[in-house]
Amino acid sequence: MEATQTEQKYNFEVVRWFSIMAVVYLVVGTLVGVIIASQLAWPVLNFDIAELTFGRLRPLHTNAVIFAFGGCVLMATAFYSVQRTCGVRLWSDKMAWFTFWGWNVIIVLAVITLPLGITQGKEYAELEWPIDLLIAVVWLSYSFNFAMTIAKRKTSHIYVSNWFFLGMMVMITYLHVVNSLAIPVELFKSYSVFSGVQDAMIQWWWGHNAVGFYLTAGFLGIMYYFVPKQAGRPVFSYRLSVIHFWALMFGYVWLGAHHLQYTALPDWTGSIGAAVSLAMIIPSWGGAINGMMTLSGAWDKLRTDYILRFLIMSLAFYAMSTFEGPVMSAKTVNALSHYTDWTVGHVHSGALGWVAMVGAGALYHMVEKLWNTRMYSASLVNLHFWMATIGTVIYITSMWVSGIMQGLMWRDYDEFGTLTYTFAESVAAMHPYYAMRAIGGLIFWAGGVVMLYNVVMTVRQAAGQRSSSAAAATA
Amino acid sequence: MADQIHSTKLQDKVERNVFVMFLMLAVLLSVGGLVEIVPLFFLDDTMEHNKRPEIVWQRQAGQTVADWKAGEGVRPYTALELAGRDVYIREGCYTCHSQMIRPFRDEKERYGHYSLASESMYDHPFQWGSKRTGPDLARVGGKYSDEWHAQHLRAPRSVVPESVMPNYPWLDNNKVDGSRMAKRMRALKALGVPYTEDDITAASAATGKTEMQAMIAYLQVLGTMVKFEEGVDYRE
Repeated sequence: MEATQTEQKYNFEVVRWFSIMAVVYLVVGTLVGVIIASQLAWPVLNFDIAELTFGRLRPLHTNAVIFAFGGCVLMATAFYSVQRTCGVRLWSDKMAWFTFWGWNVIIVLAVITLPLGITQGKEYAELEWPIDLLIAVVWLSYSFNFAMTIAKRKTSHIYVSNWFFLGMMVMITYLHVVNSLAIPVELFKSYSVFSGVQDAMIQWWWGHNAVGFYLTAGFLGIMYYFVPKQAGRPVFSYRLSVIHFWALMFGYVWLGAHHLQYTALPDWTGSIGAAVSLAMIIPSWGGAINGMMTLSGAWDKLRTDYILRFLIMSLAFYAMSTFEGPVMSAKTVNALSHYTDWTVGHVHSGALGWVAMVGAGALYHMVEKLWNTRMYSASLVNLHFWMATIGTVIYITSMWVSGIMQGLMWRDYDEFGTLTYTFAESVAAMHPYYAMRAIGGLIFWAGGVVMLYNVVMTVRQAAGQRSSSAAAATA
Repeated sequence: MADQIHSTKLQDKVERNVFVMFLMLAVLLSVGGLVEIVPLFFLDDTMEHNKRPEIVWQRQAGQTVADWKAGEGVRPYTALELAGRDVYIREGCYTCHSQMIRPFRDEKERYGHYSLASESMYDHPFQWGSKRTGPDLARVGGKYSDEWHAQHLRAPRSVVPESVMPNYPWLDNNKVDGSRMAKRMRALKALGVPYTEDDITAASAATGKTEMQAMIAYLQVLGTMVKFEEGVDYRE
């Protein structure tokens, strides 16, 4: 009875579709990741087919996990939590469906164009100009609908999760529009309007804030709604959330420059980037602490609630990688870590450990609410949790070892004062770690498959329950 | 309860009005980017050729990019080199190769003089990269023969057994279209790359060349544009 009331009050159908697609893209995106990781260990897997080579599939992997999986999680959770926290239906159902179909068309276009080598050649912003235009329109439809839903809310104050989503929407609009400015030459070929050092700074302003806003601020919004909900407790500290929100919004924007330490970017820019990066430990940990301490007095729930395990483990990874990031942005460390696998490992401790884990926790939570049922198998949720955790740990550990080893080999001198290793020797030394990384990724991917199976079975079970209860009602 | 202020008046105001929150965010979020990016377009120190004009090729009247000699300074790419660069971007070479040498002793010995900002001033987009699964390519030009590059691109492991690079056999089959390159050069010219009409007309000569030839032309020009003087600090 209660379920039908909320059904009429809120638009949950669009959230359901985004949730399902998010799980599908989790499996697809990480599968491409496993393939390209394997190609680095065993290059024969490139098969001499242009569309399957590492250089073309790597952008597909990053776009699939960030924009397909991450995007669908963000859209599902934002549309779900904004309705629940504001007590009103989405401002426009039509616009929400436009966002859903538009976003999925973009993903399909990405899957087609990237393997064909249609790219702007800027990391995480590879999609060519017609697709970029579509992204801008769909993103604005998502943001506008979200903001207007808040505007017509029933509550007096805007709940904290919505602040984070809103910050993300504004910043991603800035970033996407500026970084994608290009002059079209052909339907699928354009040149960036910026060049050289300015292009580099703009690209990493985008690159780091795709991480900072899309994958951090947005997912902190998720954390602020789903952790308290799943734990059944209020957010630990309102004051802390206010302070860390504004500090995070103001500070994150500056970090891009730390990707360009010791390059031809002027020193002052890199130094500002590094200084603000160090300071960002405080707001980042503010969020992590606020999330974790929400469990104070209810830690025992972690024994029985596997969904909560995802959410809390994600915060542990978040705290870890937001400590690692500032360390790597310091010039001395960056001199060693830059250009190595350490960076790749760092990204994945955030992407697998934080983004995917908090995303999975939120998706499990929503699936139970949206279909008004329990997960088909709680033990499969637990299995997924351990596969995700172990896969992530194997991945990042192997990248730490390979990254630091690479960095040390490149700068190593023998007793005659000449370079000890050729570059090729450093490549050969990476092989066992690349193989190990592929195995870690494979375990993580298999966990995603378990999740997909569990979600599909849950939906089927819910459909079965509905039809039997409907039959009982008519009987 | 709803009227009680739990924080400051300003924060309370922001939390009650989504448009105020939007405006606050819109202003706050623009600061970092404005401070870090905008000055790069205006500060003379950003580009080394502002102090040392000889870094950039001084084109004599009537010369085309084909008349340029190695070491005469940074110049726009020829049509064939640009075609090669487009292939480089298409194949995602930047996902494994950097083009940005840092000012360290080991990088100098391995790759050569540290990279200057002016060296990529005509690069739309920049290709500095962020990862060295393979070596840096900023100064790969002239280090290997054309034949070596062709063999290496077709079958990397036949010349470097440890390599994990894919084979690129299709570069031999695909052909460059000069008129297409002319259009692309015109677009770059609109963005400020100093091509002359003669440079663009000469693009027709690239027609019929293979992508392999284009790629090699591009790789062979990388890092050869500026002649570095011993003992000169280019980035003071």
